[in-house]
Amino acid sequence: MPEGILCNKNKVTTLEQLQALLADKSGKQYYQEMNNLDVDAKALWDLIQKTCKSRIRTWLDICTHCGLCADSCFYYLANHKNPTQVPSYKIQSTLGQIIHRKGKVDNAFMQMTMDTAFSKCTCCTRCGVYCPLGIDTGVMFSYLRGLLFSQGFTPWEMKIGTGMHRVFQAQMDVTTEDWVDTCSWMAEENADDWPGLEIPVDKENADIIYTVNAREPKHYPEDIAQAAILFHVAGENWTVPSQGWEETSLAMFAGDWEACKIQVESVYAAMDRLKPKRMVVTECGHAYRATVIEGPYWAGLKTGKTPIESFHYVEWVAEALRTGKLKIDPAKKIKEPVTYQDSCNYIRNGGLWEAARYIMSQIAEDFREMTPSREHNFCCGGGGGLNGIGRYREQRNVGLKVKRDQILATGAKLVVAPCHNCWDAIRDLEEVYEIGIRWSFLKPLLINMIEVPEHLKPAE
Amino acid sequence: MYEFVTGPLAWLAFAVFFVGNIVRLVLYVRGLDWKLDRVTYSVNTSFGVKGAVRSILFWLAPFGTHSWRDNPWFTILVFVMHVGLIFTPIFLLGHNIFLQERWGFSLWSMPGALSDAMTIAVIASAVLLAMRRIALPEVRIITNANDYLMLAIAVAPFVTGLIARYAFVQSEPWLIVHVLCGELLLIAVPLTKLSHFVLFFATRAQLGMDYGIKRGGMKSNGINW
Repeated sequence: MPEGILCNKNKVTTLEQLQALLADKSGKQYYQEMNNLDVDAKALWDLIQKTCKSRIRTWLDICTHCGLCADSCFYYLANHKNPTQVPSYKIQSTLGQIIHRKGKVDNAFMQMTMDTAFSKCTCCTRCGVYCPLGIDTGVMFSYLRGLLFSQGFTPWEMKIGTGMHRVFQAQMDVTTEDWVDTCSWMAEENADDWPGLEIPVDKENADIIYTVNAREPKHYPEDIAQAAILFHVAGENWTVPSQGWEETSLAMFAGDWEACKIQVESVYAAMDRLKPKRMVVTECGHAYRATVIEGPYWAGLKTGKTPIESFHYVEWVAEALRTGKLKIDPAKKIKEPVTYQDSCNYIRNGGLWEAARYIMSQIAEDFREMTPSREHNFCCGGGGGLNGIGRYREQRNVGLKVKRDQILATGAKLVVAPCHNCWDAIRDLEEVYEIGIRWSFLKPLLINMIEVPEHLKPAE
Repeated sequence: MYEFVTGPLAWLAFAVFFVGNIVRLVLYVRGLDWKLDRVTYSVNTSFGVKGAVRSILFWLAPFGTHSWRDNPWFTILVFVMHVGLIFTPIFLLGHNIFLQERWGFSLWSMPGALSDAMTIAVIASAVLLAMRRIALPEVRIITNANDYLMLAIAVAPFVTGLIARYAFVQSEPWLIVHVLCGELLLIAVPLTKLSHFVLFFATRAQLGMDYGIKRGGMKSNGINW
C-alpha cells in the first residue's frame, strides 16, 4: 500500500517529521505523494460503522432535498448561486456517497472530498439554522474531515498543524520557554508606562487563568501585553500557566480527534495544577469553541463542561464594563461608524451575542449591525482553518465577497473582530478588495479609551 | 376484494405504520451517543429540554423561523400540504362513517366542502412543489427520482379519493385503488424518507438539545431560530 514519506496515514509525532513537512515548500511533494495514496476502504468503513451513528445517518437519510440550505451558505452566494455549492449537494455527494459505497472510494474521490470539505465549507454551521429538519451540514463536514484525516487526505498545513499540537501542545512551534520568556519580556517592555505591571506565570489559586492563541506569543506579543494591561487596570488577580496556555486547535479543523484531546487536556491539566477560579480565553473564536465548547467531550468529561468555568474574552470585557472594573472615558468612545464581526464559533455556536452588544454599546457612539448579524451572521470567509491553507486561497478569496458586501452595507470603516480567524479574513479581504476599512481586536481599542486610576499611572 | 383491502390489509398497513414509526424513533434515540455527538443528553437536562422544545415549536409555527420567513411561498406550500396530509384523512366524513360501521365509533367530521378544498390544496401544493424542484437550479441539483416518488406516494390517496368521491360511474374500483394508495402511504412512512413524519421531531429535538446544552444555550436565552 503506497504511503508517501510526507503524505501518509501516520500521525506526526516528532520534531523531525515536522521539520521534513515544513521543508517541503507549499506542500509540493506532499500533494504529489497524495496522488498515489491508497484508500484503505476497510479501515474507512470500519471507522464509519463505529462513529457514524443515528444522528448523522438520519440527517443524510431524511434530507428532503428542499434546498432551503442554499441561501444560508455564504459560498453559494459568493459563487453566483452555483448549485454545486448547495450544502445538501456538497455533503450528499461526498459523505453521502462514501457511506452509500460502504467506504469503497478511490484516491480521486477522496481528493475531491477533501477539496469540498475544506474549500467549500468552513463548518460555520449556518445552514443547520436554516434547515427545517435540523440537519447540520457543518457538523457533518467536520466529521467528514475526521474520516479524511484518518486516511491521510488532509491539506498540508493541517498535517503540520496537528503535528504541532502533538509535539508542542500548540498550533505553532512555541515552547514553554519561548512562552514564558515572551511573557516576561512583554511585562518588562511595558513596565515604564504601567508601573507594577506583571504577567504572573503559574500563580496558584488566582481568580483568572488566562489562555491564548499561539500566534500571540509567536507573532503578536503585544496582544499579551495588552491583555496584561487590561487585567492590571481592572485589578484582576490573574495568571498564565507555563504549560497548557494554548487554546487553539488546528486539530479540530483537521478532524484529528486524538490531537484535539491531547491539546485540551494540557489546558485542563493547568486548571488542575494551578486551581484558578475561572478561565478567560483570548479574542479567538475557534480556540473558545475547541477548548470550552467541544473540548470537554474530547476529554470525556461527563458534565460537558470545562473543569472550571470558562469565559471568552468578550464575556470578561462585558463583565468588567458592567461592574466598573474597567471604565470608559466617554470622550474617547469610538465616534466614527463601527461594526462588529460576529464569530461563528463563540456567537452562533457559543451564544455570546449579548455580551458583544453590551460592549459595543459602551465603547461606540455609532454602532452599526451587519445584516444579518448575531447568530445569523455569515462566516468571515476564513473559518474552519481556511485562512491557513494555501491550496484553497483562491476559493477563500471568492468567499470573502459576502463579508465584504456586508461590511460595505453598514457604511462603517472600522470593524471590531474579536476572533483571530475573522481578524485575518477581514485583513485579507481589505488586501484583496481594497475597500478602505480598518479592523481591530478589542484590546487595543479598550486600552485607548479606558480611564486609568491615578495610582496606576507612571510618575511624571 | 374490498373486504380484503379494508380488512386484513388495512390492519397490516396500520401495524407497519405504528410499529415502524416507534421502531424508527427508538433506533434513533438508541443511536445517539453523547461522546460522538458531543452533547450531554442526560446531563444538563433542563437546558436540553428547553432547547428541544424551542427547536420544535419555532419550526412548527408557520413563519416562526428566519428560514420560513425568508421563503414565504415555499412555507405556505409546505404547511398547506402537511396540514392537509395529516388532518384531512382523520376528520373526513367518509372515513368516520366507515369507522362507525366497522368499530362503532367515530371522530368529529369536517364539512365535505372543507375536506374537498383541503384535498385539492394538498394536490395543488404537491404539484407546485414538484414544479419547484424542476424550476429552481439549487433544488434541481439535489432532486432525484425518489423525491418525486415520495410526493406521488403522499398525494396518491388524495387524488384517488377525489376520483372515488366524484366518479360518475362505478366508484368501487376507484375506492379500492384509493384504499390501496392510503395503505401504501401508511407503509411507506416508516420505511422511506417520509419517516420525517416522526423523525422531524427527533432531529429537531436533537439539534435543539445541541444548541440548548452545548452551543450557547447556557449563556443566552436560546438561539433565535
